[in-house]
Amino acid sequence: MNYLSESAAGVSYGVAIRHAFEYLLSRYPEVFVIGQGLWSPWYVGNSMTELDKKFGKHRVIDTPVSELACTGLAVGASLAGTRPIVVHPRMDFMLYATDAIVNQAAKWSHMLGAQDAPAVTIRAIINRGGEQGAQHSQALHSWFAHVPGLRVVMPSTASDARDLLIAAALCNDPVMYIDDRWLYERTEDLAPVKELDLRREGPRVRRQGKDITLVGSSYSSYLCEQAADVLAAQGIEAEVIDLRVVSPLRPELIIESVRKTGRLCVVDGGWRTAGLAGEVIASVCEAVDSMRARPVRVTLPDAPAPTSRPLEKLYYPTKETVVQAALGILR
Amino acid sequence: MSRTELGALADAAQFQGPIDIAACDVDELKAALRSMLKIRFVEQQLAAQRRDGHIGGPVHLGVGQEAVAVGVSAHLRRTDRVFGGHRSHSHLLALGSDVRRLFAEILGKDTGLSRGMGGSMHLWDKPNGFYGSTPIVAGTISLAVGAGLAAAMQKTGDVAVAYFGDGAVEEGVVHECLNLAQILKIPVLFVVENNLFSSHMHISLRQPKDATVRFAHAHDMAAELVDGNDIVEVKRAAGRLIERARAGEGPGFLEAVTQRWYGHVDWREDIDVGVNRSTADLDQWRRRDPVARLESALLSAGHMTRAEGEEIRRSLREEIESAWATAATDPYPAPEALLARVYIDK
Repeated sequence: MNYLSESAAGVSYGVAIRHAFEYLLSRYPEVFVIGQGLWSPWYVGNSMTELDKKFGKHRVIDTPVSELACTGLAVGASLAGTRPIVVHPRMDFMLYATDAIVNQAAKWSHMLGAQDAPAVTIRAIINRGGEQGAQHSQALHSWFAHVPGLRVVMPSTASDARDLLIAAALCNDPVMYIDDRWLYERTEDLAPVKELDLRREGPRVRRQGKDITLVGSSYSSYLCEQAADVLAAQGIEAEVIDLRVVSPLRPELIIESVRKTGRLCVVDGGWRTAGLAGEVIASVCEAVDSMRARPVRVTLPDAPAPTSRPLEKLYYPTKETVVQAALGILR
Repeated sequence: MSRTELGALADAAQFQGPIDIAACDVDELKAALRSMLKIRFVEQQLAAQRRDGHIGGPVHLGVGQEAVAVGVSAHLRRTDRVFGGHRSHSHLLALGSDVRRLFAEILGKDTGLSRGMGGSMHLWDKPNGFYGSTPIVAGTISLAVGAGLAAAMQKTGDVAVAYFGDGAVEEGVVHECLNLAQILKIPVLFVVENNLFSSHMHISLRQPKDATVRFAHAHDMAAELVDGNDIVEVKRAAGRLIERARAGEGPGFLEAVTQRWYGHVDWREDIDVGVNRSTADLDQWRRRDPVARLESALLSAGHMTRAEGEEIRRSLREEIESAWATAATDPYPAPEALLARVYIDK
């Protein structure tokens, strides 16, 4: 396990998640993992391969099809001196567990006087595309970001996929960690693991620029970086900010950037209405006196995910959509 | 209408006489009597204060059901992990929680068990083993399963307890929890206080059979069905199930049939809004009183005098009045509490 203490070249996002699990399970005996599909390579891509064989089926627990009971179990276990990570291979199915997440975990500290809180990590995987349709596609981070008491993190790079998962598991508050299957093959050279304090983590500038601020999270952030490459070829210097932690949202870095560029495009993999993109834009507008152009959001249309190939192609924002939106702002 | 499997257990006119206390430890019985009376007086105080407008939020009272929590708690230790629901004053107090801090909580005071942030429906006293109660029906049952799993992993021999009512078994998560607990052999005791009513509705209008223990059987789980107004029966059955769980033999399910004297919430009896709830029935249930049945058994066996009973009552009343007076003058949380307690890790 040298890669935990040394640098590693060309590690994919999916494998980086597995590194985080190895790190946690080998160093923290109070950590355990529970969820559907954990004993099978089917469900969670390459992100948990053979963890059960290495750490034992008592610490990597595959479960009956009971999202709510398993999530509530993780919440309760976290109140009793363990640090569980409950895995939902598809966020859509996790909706059964909303009571345990929203009513119980998120409220626990506040409603009981900040004397106790569930140190639980809820890992939700966005797994969409491939004509899977409306119930195998959703990215519901905006819902959960709306709920006070939860911390919601969305890594876009392999480093963050590893280090934010470790930070989430070591945080004493309930954390929803959302990873995206579309990023699993994105690679990066990893530095040795550094235990981050999630309370101190927030947005980061991925690329500096002076002409326009592009903001995204998770896969949308990756789109922004790719779009910035295209724009650079046209002489446009885009600044890219990766949100990383979408709740509690810390917009200061974005505000600072927009004060410089005067232009803002927010890209989000969720729906438009009452979504994260609107929230980011509102936070900037409340703080910035004037902008050089109206801000724009690039989101999913307000419709469930379709299955038919041409409709699906229309549905998801692409690098090109982001480039066009940026050019529209700059025009 | 549903079939009755509970039979005489659900018939209020049955089991009204003194309970059988043969072979019981008298000191333990007296302690149980005191504990039940304390819970009852606390809740009667809450009923009166709510009626008179001194309590701002709802209180769900369990007067008449005291034997269940007291019988179960007789086997619990401080490192066990107890979870409750909306009607959990008895579950908390039976563990020895401080009455003044319960009152302070219900009055929204900073000195309360949940520092004034929870009120009657969100209670916390982890140092005494009470991990938390919340009012989403069946909301904490899975949490108890998790706390039980943690105990198994920690190899402490501790158990978790989930208290809930007959209404909760109509929630799907209960069945997920029974299945999960049984398949993972988790040391958790599911305690159903079957008081035959969910809010306003009688169980005959909600379920095809009135005995919830059938769900334990469906999940192959060790189970006991008892008269919840017989402290000796409750205690024995709970003891058997808890002992198994501590020994690593898996979860247990205890159904205790009982009745609450007040309505669903606050001080009223809910005869008017109840469906199949009658004054005649309620009068019968009042005669099937868990406190009176134990006390009369103790009296007729010569283990206790009437004067002793009076003395217990007098001292409890004094304690409760003093606790209320203190709680009433305790401070409210500071304004900063509104935002400062959202995350524990600031």
